Amino acid sequence: MNSKEITIQISEAADSLNLKKWDYGASFSNDYSVQVDKGEAKQLKASQKQILTIRVWNESNLVGITTTSDISESGIKKALNQANIASDFGNKNEIIEFSPLAKDPIEVKNSKKRNPVGIKKLLTLLRQAEVKLLESHESIKSVPYNGLSESFYERVYANSDGAFRSYTKSQAALYLYARAEEKNKKPRSSGSVKLGYGVEDIDIESCIKDASNKTISHLNYSSIQTDKYLICFSPESFLTIINAFSSMFNARSILDGVSLSNKDSIGEKLSTEALNIYDDGLHEKNISSSPFDGEGTPTKRLCLINKGRLENFIHSESTARIFKTIPTGHAGLGSKVSVSPDWIVVEKSEENTDLKTSLDHSTYEGEFVYIEELNAIHAGVRASQGSFSLPFDGWLYKNGKKISIESATVAGDIKYLLKNIVNIESNQEVTTSGISPHIWVDELSITGDA
Amino acid sequence: MLSSQIKSNEIVFGSCNKDLLEEIIFYGIGLGADFVEIFIENTDNSSVLAEEDFITSVSPSFGRGAGIRIFKGKKDGFVSTNDLTKDGLMRSVSQAIEMLDITDNKREVFNGLNKHRDYSLPKKEWINEVPSIHEISEKLLVSTKSLKKNNKIITRKGSYSRNLQEVIIASSDGTYVSDIRLHQTVGLNVIASDAQYRSNGSRRFGSSGMPNEFRLWDHEKAANDVFESSMVMLYADYVDAGQMPVVLANKFGGVIFHEACGHLLETTQIERGTTPFENKLNEKIAHESVTAIDEGISEGSFGSLSVDDEGMEPEKSVLIKDGILKKFISDRAGELRTGHKRTGSGRRQNYSFAAASRMRNTYIAKGDHSKEDLINSISDGLYCKSMGGGSVGATGQFNFAVEEGYIIKNGKLTNPVKGATLIGEAKEVMPKISMCGNDLELAPGFCGSISGSVNVTVGQPHIKVDSITVGGR
Repeated sequence: MNSKEITIQISEAADSLNLKKWDYGASFSNDYSVQVDKGEAKQLKASQKQILTIRVWNESNLVGITTTSDISESGIKKALNQANIASDFGNKNEIIEFSPLAKDPIEVKNSKKRNPVGIKKLLTLLRQAEVKLLESHESIKSVPYNGLSESFYERVYANSDGAFRSYTKSQAALYLYARAEEKNKKPRSSGSVKLGYGVEDIDIESCIKDASNKTISHLNYSSIQTDKYLICFSPESFLTIINAFSSMFNARSILDGVSLSNKDSIGEKLSTEALNIYDDGLHEKNISSSPFDGEGTPTKRLCLINKGRLENFIHSESTARIFKTIPTGHAGLGSKVSVSPDWIVVEKSEENTDLKTSLDHSTYEGEFVYIEELNAIHAGVRASQGSFSLPFDGWLYKNGKKISIESATVAGDIKYLLKNIVNIESNQEVTTSGISPHIWVDELSITGDA
Repeated sequence: MLSSQIKSNEIVFGSCNKDLLEEIIFYGIGLGADFVEIFIENTDNSSVLAEEDFITSVSPSFGRGAGIRIFKGKKDGFVSTNDLTKDGLMRSVSQAIEMLDITDNKREVFNGLNKHRDYSLPKKEWINEVPSIHEISEKLLVSTKSLKKNNKIITRKGSYSRNLQEVIIASSDGTYVSDIRLHQTVGLNVIASDAQYRSNGSRRFGSSGMPNEFRLWDHEKAANDVFESSMVMLYADYVDAGQMPVVLANKFGGVIFHEACGHLLETTQIERGTTPFENKLNEKIAHESVTAIDEGISEGSFGSLSVDDEGMEPEKSVLIKDGILKKFISDRAGELRTGHKRTGSGRRQNYSFAAASRMRNTYIAKGDHSKEDLINSISDGLYCKSMGGGSVGATGQFNFAVEEGYIIKNGKLTNPVKGATLIGEAKEVMPKISMCGNDLELAPGFCGSISGSVNVTVGQPHIKVDSITVGGR
């Protein structure tokens, strides 16, 4: 069944069950991936997946939901039945409605859907990449984690009020994670990930070069003394922190009491006036962009922090109604609708005179710690408390030298971190989770074992 | 007539699918596969969330799908699909064969499937025996109500999830198995707040194969435990970072062994060349006080199973005996690629993942000491009463969050501390586990890795680590 047929099928089945109000989200995908091990194919994978989530409203306007991978006529009927039963337990305290924007026009950017290149081509390209990475430095002994994949998918949202949206996309990903070993030293590992609309869009050479350079740069390592340091966050690591504490901008989290913000926090000064943060799911560099969210609301650019002050929250239909505003295109589709950011863009505002512009990661000669990548976010972040304690990969810059840091954590508080931003570099870099320049923060605690 | 047509053209759960499965396997072998494995599942899941004094989410889901794996030499092709018709499964076999680019004329022999081993027979009624959504909702609401013990508790949540998975596994070595798996978990968590102070408290419980378990769950005890933990931690100071001895509590404290060492004993790590223990079989890798076990047979434990996802009954594997490495955790691909015998540990989240060597119930065996012996042996250190999540990196470095910690001073527990993270490397920490308590207990958890998220049990008695890096502020 295609998406139009599914919509008709659901409509007819809902009629037969006397369900007047329903909506659904569906995704259909075909994925292909390869892994190699020293020139040999290791695992080749293909998958065909379909997921359908149906919501129904009962006579008391309470919502029930069911998710299934069985998109047959009988599967759809069963899903509607189960959703109907679940609606007896619908949340009486938070009414859910269709998004008022579910029929608004959506911005579908130039379709960048690519054709599949096929498993054999994926395998050839990954084998070549592995060989080049192994040959790039004598200390690189293996590429234990590697993969090249391409995915083709369709997403659909429709409701009984006549809304219908769908889009198709393709996406490819390459990851290379190398392991380097030298005598009498611990093995060191690092890697790189690149995304593209198709395999032909991925800069394989740059992925190899990044993975090699990063891995080699960690070969000479040393422990670091536990102390407070001036920190330079790489674009990737700063985005990791912002995403980890995105509950600050999240209306759902505020209503659930797990956010550091509250309903009245709009306008609160969080950081230097030089900081702007946007959520921009439709950004041209966002390979995974989606023109609408789980409730069919169009995706749009939204300012979260403007000149250091909290400007907007991200919303679903129900949180927007409670906050007396409009949905922002950040909803999932669930029994309890989740809200999450799409693609964070960090930039320097025009009000930037208080920044210490001499702090530039490529020229600064004083002592500082460069945090390349933060790890174990799920274990080390207490979003509802604002605290974090995270292991990282990075370097200590001291006396004109750069040395990789062995086994250390950075710890602090997100509000303290934002308030202590001392420089926002000018150049933004594109990462897999957003765009950001390098960000400098004063006086964060680093724990090492020196 | 209709019934037989359905049987021959589509997988039907609860029926004999032998002819169809054999036909598909013959097809794969005929096209040159060395080995063909078919994993088919049918799931029926539901979850319920209670927040404050209301049910805020009820989410049923169901699905079906197949994962087909073809081996040629040491490489494998894996195809997953939602199409359980004969044509759909044949297409998946063809796709896997094509991916592997099999061109040689060598043909393996397939002698048909063995007698059906049906582990599901005594489990058919489980779906009718598990609590209804109504029953679950009522108990969760009572639980969240009992968390409301003072006005500092600002958020109260109770959650329940039930996964019922029916599987059929058939492969060209004759394996033909059916099973039904049932997993239930229930968790409570709170956020406490007072002025600028905030703390979290959470506990999770889980079981496998015990439809009545949720009814027996002592929610009052659980609520008291969560409440007390959040109150103790509300005004706790941040821990000072540094190197120090630590005592790790029993139950979920076992996550340290799971992350720091257990993953490195999975054959997938040998395949990748990422374990420091690869060539250490029968060598000392841990303190002599450490004996560690991985098994899938403890009745009702969250990581237990009647049969693994490759059709093998789980064994009890003594991984480390008195500090000496004795065994790796192995699946079919692991045996093929590393030579380590299968241990009934081939596991996957669902049909869309190929099975891999994964832990089941993994724990450090009990020793002779009391908890007090361990604490009394430390003049300045940290007691980690409750652990959060953790992870292990590509070169064996690990980290764990400590949810509830206490400073040890002169052999006594003193003030609570928060924000601690334990950091280290397995190879260096295992020899430093110098004392094991006599109070082994297990705790359920979810482990995410190469073949998705699987149910596991971690466990240990109280243990003492002589020195470890504690991250803090």
